[in-house]
Amino acid sequence: MLARRNFLKVSLAAGGGMLLTAALPARAATLGGAGPDAVALNAYLRIAPDGAITITAKNPEVGQGVKMMLPMLIAEELDADWNAVRIEQADLDARYPGQVAGGSTATPLNWLPMRQVGAAARQMLIAAAAAQWGVLAGECETAPSQVLHRPTGRSLGYGALATQAAGMKVPDPKGLPLKNARDFRIIGKPTRNIEVPRIVTGQPIFGIDVTVPGMLYAVFQKCDVHGGKLVRSNAAEIAKLPGVKAAFEVKGGDNLRGLLDGVAVVADSWWQANRARQQLDITWDEGEVAGQSSRDFAATATRMAQGQPESILRRDGDVAAAFGKAARVVEAAYSYPFLSHTSLEPQNCTARVQDGQVEIWAPTQNPAPGAALVAATLGVPETAIRVHLIRAGGGFGRRLSNDYMVEAAWIAKVVGAPVKLLWTREDDMRHDFYRPAGFHFFKAGVDDKGRLTSFRDHFVTFSQGGAVAASAEMTATEYPARLVENLEFGISMMPLRAPTGPMRAPRSNGLGFAFQCFLDELAHAAGIDPVRFAQGILGAPRLLPDPPGPRQGPGFDTGRMRGVIDLVAEKSGWGRQSLPRGTGMGLAYYFSHLGYFAEVVKATVDEAGGIAVDQIWVAGDIGSQIINPLNAENQAQGAALDGIGQALGQGLTIADGRIVEGNFDSVLPLRMRQSPPVEVHFRVTDHPPTGLGEPALPPALPALANAVFAATGKRIRSLPLKDQDLSRTS
Amino acid sequence: MAYTLHVNGAVRAVEADGETPLLWVLRDMLDLKGTKFGCGAAQCGACTVHLDGRPIRACQTPIASVGAGRVTTIEAIGETRVGQNVQAAWIELDVPQCGYCQAGQIMSATALLTRVPNPSDHDINAAMSGNVCRCATYTRIRAAIKRAAKAGSI
Repeated sequence: MLARRNFLKVSLAAGGGMLLTAALPARAATLGGAGPDAVALNAYLRIAPDGAITITAKNPEVGQGVKMMLPMLIAEELDADWNAVRIEQADLDARYPGQVAGGSTATPLNWLPMRQVGAAARQMLIAAAAAQWGVLAGECETAPSQVLHRPTGRSLGYGALATQAAGMKVPDPKGLPLKNARDFRIIGKPTRNIEVPRIVTGQPIFGIDVTVPGMLYAVFQKCDVHGGKLVRSNAAEIAKLPGVKAAFEVKGGDNLRGLLDGVAVVADSWWQANRARQQLDITWDEGEVAGQSSRDFAATATRMAQGQPESILRRDGDVAAAFGKAARVVEAAYSYPFLSHTSLEPQNCTARVQDGQVEIWAPTQNPAPGAALVAATLGVPETAIRVHLIRAGGGFGRRLSNDYMVEAAWIAKVVGAPVKLLWTREDDMRHDFYRPAGFHFFKAGVDDKGRLTSFRDHFVTFSQGGAVAASAEMTATEYPARLVENLEFGISMMPLRAPTGPMRAPRSNGLGFAFQCFLDELAHAAGIDPVRFAQGILGAPRLLPDPPGPRQGPGFDTGRMRGVIDLVAEKSGWGRQSLPRGTGMGLAYYFSHLGYFAEVVKATVDEAGGIAVDQIWVAGDIGSQIINPLNAENQAQGAALDGIGQALGQGLTIADGRIVEGNFDSVLPLRMRQSPPVEVHFRVTDHPPTGLGEPALPPALPALANAVFAATGKRIRSLPLKDQDLSRTS
Repeated sequence: MAYTLHVNGAVRAVEADGETPLLWVLRDMLDLKGTKFGCGAAQCGACTVHLDGRPIRACQTPIASVGAGRVTTIEAIGETRVGQNVQAAWIELDVPQCGYCQAGQIMSATALLTRVPNPSDHDINAAMSGNVCRCATYTRIRAAIKRAAKAGSI
């Protein structure tokens, strides 16, 4: 019940109100673009006389499938013939609320409002038909793309009704009846992505493919120590190289998310620009880099852990006294590394600045702050900026920042021609907003019945500008808080120069590894099977409410968590499989982004220490409705495998303030030969539907590490696994 | 330097430095943007094209080395029976997420199926491990290759 109330609050605050007034203008107008005869019923959809329905997808598409999902919601309540639906990507547009791809929020925030958009248009079509026939609207119903009046046996297609419907009164969305889930014809049906035929034939649909007449190509060299200042360069010499149109210094600001110092090289082709760049000779003022290295961070964290935490995030009971009474006390230090997002399409953006107008084609997850950043940096009003949302070759949170956008706009302004800025892979890896590393110093006690009675974490994390670095925080409700009588979370921070930011399942992607591995360690110390140990901590099904505050969430439902643990145990044959030597199964479970996930990994470690991931089982609870099962399975498989890839082969090293790694030879992406079958099961529960981009990721890493322990007896307390010696002789 | 390239069944004249990688000639000079840039170091396979039917990484192939070789890109792979089966399987199983790597995946898969019509999991691992899918759609890529193999055997 609580969960539902909170959900409604969120959806109204973040989109509802604005949507209802702005998205359904009282007088709909014909839009250009998809045929001059198509009529708009509201800001999201227009219908042509032949019945073709064009639905606008408002959110940025980065591979999460939102360009399909949002139109499916509208089409369902419109009662559209899905085969007649065309989908069009919106630009950044004030009529559309929440044009962001992040936080797995698109489903919870749009589940009701998008359906209301479709329902409102359906009412207008019904009203138009009723007026034509001189019957009561209440006597009419709809079948896919047509209005029916059964008493007289009449029917009219949506195409024939569109013009008249556009003139009808726009109904109040709040009072509109919505379909019962059992009547859904589109929601809940495996629905193929309309974009795939274009993808498999190589159509130019990505940001990197954008072409504008007269366009030049740009690269931008920044200081590899983030925020370093440009002292001098040979840009004037570089400008004379073959094919180079311009090479110039850029003076940026101090905001690591904005325009920074650098040298731009602009040429007739990207390859010429990038080749000329290799002859750049730049003197930088790097600033203070002392202590800014992975080795120093690890040593400092260990030293800090020997003292008291700088601050206490949560204190329940008396951990010290409880440790004294415990039957078994376990202490362990866990850590995880910095990570780069490594979206396969490197950062890029195309911009044109002409007559005071700025036009931008950007594969971004978060266009509105990008437009504001460009406006502030170029000194133009936001109304002079137009941003086209272009499909992105992966996002994972990297494209929530818009540094590439302001760089492209600035360079285009200076050269006075349209410019496509494209980063190299090395640029992309060395100028990211990193998943912060983290260090956890745990101590916990279990009693003689194997119950978890005390739990302490001293979390050594990072600060930037005096505050906790982005995505480096932990909340006071981190599991198993609220479920252990004596519990203490303490925090200490180390200053960090490299910028950090959200990466798929921010915070949870690292915390999940540390906490879920340590809990597995405790289960083994208690001599209790990890599934039973988890059930023991979670106890009876109940809702643990979040503390009040501006970021109050819907709480944590122990019953939903247990539900997916039980499901994954059943599906994986947990405890019932007889495993050969060197093979083990590991369990982990995690709640993030409103989704409950439990995963089991089966892995084999050979004599030489090589890890083969044999199979993964995923069980998830994201509420009452899987909107598109075909995409949901794909997302859950991909998220789990993303976690496996990170755990096996990914981690960045910082040395003297710069990222050492630059390409896929040192940050190892998951490859086909490492990729096991992934079985996905959803537990449908009576809760509002929530998102799926992120919550399936966090359990995958600890489930793998726990499987490696089960296989070898070696506890994995740091990542990536490629840096660990698991050979049997060691 | 002037070069004459054989691309997708047509003869194309380009004027470029001989060191220019085939990738950038395709993308920026011949407007064939289906072939993608991912790493610039033959590490990710997003730029995979066929040279005389063999999969190569276009980002590491200077145009001076292409000579009279026949280049096939994603834009024309559907003109072969195998390529068509692969594309159809990708659509049927709804393989992509972001889709950025998939042109390269399809080029490698088509080369594999042309050489080995009924590949084992081991064959698939060997032929496809040079192509990174950052969204990790490997489960479906594997299934789609098997689907395309089945279609090819009918």
